[in-house]
Amino acid sequence: MRLPHRNLSLAFALFAAASTRVSCALAAPAPVAVEITKFAYTPADLVVEPGATVTWTNRDETPHTVTSADGALASPALDTGDHWQRRFDAEGDYVYTCTLHPFMMGTVHVRRH
Amino acid sequence: MKNPDHRSESTDAPPDARRREALRCLAGWTGAAVVWSVVGGVPRAALAGAPPAKDARALRFVQISDTHIGFHKDANPDVVGSLRRATAAINALPQAPAFVVHTGDVSHLSKPEEFGQARELFQDLHVDRVHTVPGEHDALAEGVGGYLKVFDHDGKGRSWYSFDQHGVHFVGLDNVRNFGKGHLASIGAEQLAWLKADLAGVSHSTPVVVLAHIPLWTIYEPWGWGTADSAAALALLRPYGSVTVLNGHVHQVLQKVEGHVTLHTAMSLAYPLPTPGQEGVGEPGPVTVAAGELGKRLGTRAIRIVRGREPVALVDTPLEH
Repeated sequence: MRLPHRNLSLAFALFAAASTRVSCALAAPAPVAVEITKFAYTPADLVVEPGATVTWTNRDETPHTVTSADGALASPALDTGDHWQRRFDAEGDYVYTCTLHPFMMGTVHVRRH
Repeated sequence: MKNPDHRSESTDAPPDARRREALRCLAGWTGAAVVWSVVGGVPRAALAGAPPAKDARALRFVQISDTHIGFHKDANPDVVGSLRRATAAINALPQAPAFVVHTGDVSHLSKPEEFGQARELFQDLHVDRVHTVPGEHDALAEGVGGYLKVFDHDGKGRSWYSFDQHGVHFVGLDNVRNFGKGHLASIGAEQLAWLKADLAGVSHSTPVVVLAHIPLWTIYEPWGWGTADSAAALALLRPYGSVTVLNGHVHQVLQKVEGHVTLHTAMSLAYPLPTPGQEGVGEPGPVTVAAGELGKRLGTRAIRIVRGREPVALVDTPLEH
């Protein structure tokens, strides 16, 4: 599922690099970090480009999860200091919560600029 | 859980220490403890001034909760030690309980070794069995799949069940999995249908005890301290003359009375949590208390029921008092 898309991205990036001679166009979207602190995802709302990788890190003494109802996001329980990553290729809004504390909510909006 | 070698002296403590523990526990019955008696729906709190009556018809059991085996942070670096102290206190009760119930969060992260260690430590309790219900910390491995590998009470592969003892009907519920984003957890339609069918065969004069991890009333919604569909469960229980709901989750003793239904949360054996909406505390995280204070915030609960003779007596005893 990801491979053809990645190849396309790579092809596009190579083309962009060749045509504009901007070397940084080869770089993947910058990694994005979400901190879990005081029972909240920070930032709770995140806008990223397709292909971005988001890393969640739990800074609380209590474990948390990153879980979406449709199963698209399904982290294990993250203990203090644990982190979990996911790459987002498809555009869309990914709403997630913590199965231990369902009042915690976050959304990753994957959009092309 | 069957515990075939429950009479073995597996505690590490020497006899003198056990005797001291027994005396300390007796002090709990006669001194510092508060007895909550509920008569005709009106709770009465009184200092326990006399030892419990010796009534052979009484059913005695003990509630422990929120042991969080696997937790090792500052708020309690030794949760195993806390469970061992509770075990010693329970084993030293002047009248042995029929069994122990554990109302959820036996593990911290649902790891197989946490469930395994908890089961091993429960073997030290001098009771026939330990009845558990899952907490949300026990539902982190394939839902409650990991939990059920160790705590499948009736072999039916589900995390809810009922049983009868001494003319009292016990119901164990799982209210830690069905949740909507941003909402409280719930019991769910499947289990409510089961509860309705289960209660259909129970006469309204039978005392009912319900075990569930998350409180079956909304204590504080911003922290998820409530069950979305608890009203549906309580509606099924309302026709009964005596209903006692035993919950965990909030790591402190709180009560509510609704007609013939009384609901009680219990202390944890792991760490204290803030009081609901406590000023200056934005979230329900572990509270680290001053050295020497922890044992006063953790504890066990002894329950005594005599069928046809209210009240139900609950005695909450801190590990240190």
